[in-house]
Amino acid sequence: MTPFTTLSAIAAPLMFDNVDTDAIIPSREMKSTGRTGLAEGLFAGWRYVEGRVPNPDFVLNRPEYAGARIIAGGANFGCGSSREHAVWALAEYGVRCIIAPGFAPIFAANCIRNGLLPLVLPGDVVESIAGREVHIDLAAQTLTCGKQTYSFPIEAEARDMLLEGLDAIDLTLKSRPAIAAWTDADRVARPWIYL
Amino acid sequence: MARTLADKIWDAHVTATTPAGSDLVAIDRVFLHERTGASALKSMAAAGRPVVDPARVFAVMDHIVDTRPGRGDQTLMQGGQAFITETRAAAMAAGITLFDVTDPDQGITHVISPELGIVLPGCTLVAPDSHTCTQGALGALAWGIGSSEAEHAMATGVLRLPRPKTMLVRFDGALRPGVTAKDMALALIAAHGAGGGAGHVVEFAGSAVLALDIEARMTLCNMATEFAAMAAIIAPDEKTYAYLTGRRYAPAAFDAPYWAGLHSDEGAEFDRTIVIDASAIAPMITWGTSPEHAIPIDGVVPSGPARAHDYIGLAPGAPIMGTPIDVAFLGSCTNARLSDLRRAAALAKGRHIAPSIQKALVVPGSSAVKRAAEAEGLDKIFEAAGFEWRMSGCSLCFFAGGESFPAGSRSISSTNRNFESRQGPGIRTHIASPEVVVASAIAGAIADPRDLEVQA
Repeated sequence: MTPFTTLSAIAAPLMFDNVDTDAIIPSREMKSTGRTGLAEGLFAGWRYVEGRVPNPDFVLNRPEYAGARIIAGGANFGCGSSREHAVWALAEYGVRCIIAPGFAPIFAANCIRNGLLPLVLPGDVVESIAGREVHIDLAAQTLTCGKQTYSFPIEAEARDMLLEGLDAIDLTLKSRPAIAAWTDADRVARPWIYL
Repeated sequence: MARTLADKIWDAHVTATTPAGSDLVAIDRVFLHERTGASALKSMAAAGRPVVDPARVFAVMDHIVDTRPGRGDQTLMQGGQAFITETRAAAMAAGITLFDVTDPDQGITHVISPELGIVLPGCTLVAPDSHTCTQGALGALAWGIGSSEAEHAMATGVLRLPRPKTMLVRFDGALRPGVTAKDMALALIAAHGAGGGAGHVVEFAGSAVLALDIEARMTLCNMATEFAAMAAIIAPDEKTYAYLTGRRYAPAAFDAPYWAGLHSDEGAEFDRTIVIDASAIAPMITWGTSPEHAIPIDGVVPSGPARAHDYIGLAPGAPIMGTPIDVAFLGSCTNARLSDLRRAAALAKGRHIAPSIQKALVVPGSSAVKRAAEAEGLDKIFEAAGFEWRMSGCSLCFFAGGESFPAGSRSISSTNRNFESRQGPGIRTHIASPEVVVASAIAGAIADPRDLEVQA
C-alpha cells in the first residue's frame, strides 16, 4: 500500500451532510467481483446526466477540481452501505484524503485499509478550507491552509498504518502465537463457539 | 469496576494489545454475501492466505438473488450471475458453509443468522454489510465491516481495533398502540441526527425495549448503522434464551456462568446517555433523503436541506399525510420477519391496494419466514390485496442494476435507507413501519395505519 506522509492539493468542495456510499459508488456501478474499474462509476448519479454525459455542475467536472486528490465534505461522510467499493473508486480516481467534520465508522476504517486519510476537523474549519489549497502533514497531524495551521486527531494505530503503508493482515499475523494461545484457552472456556 | 455489556464482551475477546493501543479482538462468527464474498475470498486465495477456521464462516446468497418465483442463478442485474457463481465456487474452495440460492435456509443474512442460532449472546460477529448491527438484538457484539476487514477476520481470527466508545439509549415508558420498533429507531435518528451515534456501541435499554419481542429488537438494532453507530446491543434476557434454545447452531443449554454475566453492571459508565420517552413516539415516516429526515406521520415537512426538498419534491410546510405514492415495498433485514408480515397482513386482510399503485411487493426476509407465512395463509392475504408475493432476498431495498420501480416513482418502503436513488435512479423513497407501508398502499397515499381497523 502507498504510504501517506504529506499531501498538498486543492480540497474539492462537496459540502453537504450525509454523503452516502450509494452516492459515492451506486450499486449498479459495481459490475464485477474485482476491485478495479470503479473510478468511472465514482459519484455516477451526480457526475453524469442522461447518456453518461458529464454534468458540468458537478464539482469533479469543473476544471479547477478535475482529478481532485482531496475532497472536503459535510458531516457523517460515507454513511450507509459498508461497500469498500466506495473507497476503491475514490482511490482509483486519485483521491487520497477526505476532510469532514465526521465519518461513518465503516467508511473511515475502509479508508485506512486502503491508504486514504479520513481527516476530521470542525465543520466551520472545513467550510473555510473547502475549495482552497491545503497542505497535510500526517506525522505532525496538521493541516495548513494559507497562514492557518490546524491540528487534527487520528487513532495512533491508524496513523502508523497510513504513514508506513502497512498491510494490516501481515502485521496481525505476527501475533499469531498470542492469538493461537488465546484460542486454545477459549475452546475450553466457551466450547459452544467452536463449530 | 462496573463495566458496560459491550466492554465485557470486548474484554472477553482481547487476544493481544498492540503497541499503539489497539486490541486484537477475537471474532467468533463471520458472514459473507454474494455481493462481496467472492471478491474477499478470491483476494485471500491470491495472497495465499487460508481461512483460519472455516467452520465459523458462513456465506449467504441474499443481496442480488432474483426474488421472482422459480428463480435460479439468473438475476435481472446485468452480470449478476457471476457474483453468485463466483461466490459459490470461492465458498466451496474455502470450505465455509454456504446457504445457497435454493437452500431451504436461504435468506437475508441478518434474518437467518438468528433463525439458525448462529449469532449467540456474548459472541462477536462481523460481516461486510452495514446492517450486521441488527444481530446485536441477541446480545452479541455484531458490526459491519468492509471487504478488507472481512479478509482480516477470516485470515487471522481477529480484527485490530481501538476500543469503541459506548452509548446508552434508554427508552422509558411504553409505546402507544400502533407504534413500533421502527418508529423508535426513526424517532432517535430524527432527534439526534444520522451521525448521532458516531462510532459508539449503542446499548438499547429501558422498559420499552425490554417489552419488545426479539424480532422487534432486531428492527431497532438494525437501524443503528443509520445512526452512525458501530454496533447496537440489547442485554440478553429470558426472551433471548427462549428464542435461541433449540436452534440448529445454538448450544443445547445456556447454563454456563458466562451467560449470566451478560449485562451492564449497576453504575457502569457510558460515554454518552440518551433518554427517550417511548410514550411520546408516534408512527414515523421520512420526508427527505436521510433517515434523519423523519417526522411523525401526522406532521408537516420541516425546512431541511434544499437538495433534499428538490429531490423528494415536497416543500416545507406540506402535510406528509396524503402524499400520493406509486409503489410499495415490504421487505428487508429491517422489517421482513414473520411478526412484521403478520402485522402487515392483519391490515391488508379484506382490503386492496389503490388502483394508482403500479407495483407492490412483499419479500419475506428468509425462506423459513416465507414457509411459515404461507402456512398461516399470509401469502394469500397479500395476493388478494394486490401485492406480489416473492421469494426471500434483499430485493428492492437497493437497486443493483436489475429490477427497479418505474422511473421517478414515489415509494413507501419498510426498508432502512431513503437515500437519493437507493431504490433506483430518481426513485423517491419514504421509509416507515410495515403498518404504514400497507396503510399507504391501500390509500394510494401516505396514510396513518391507526386509522385502519384490523379485520377479524
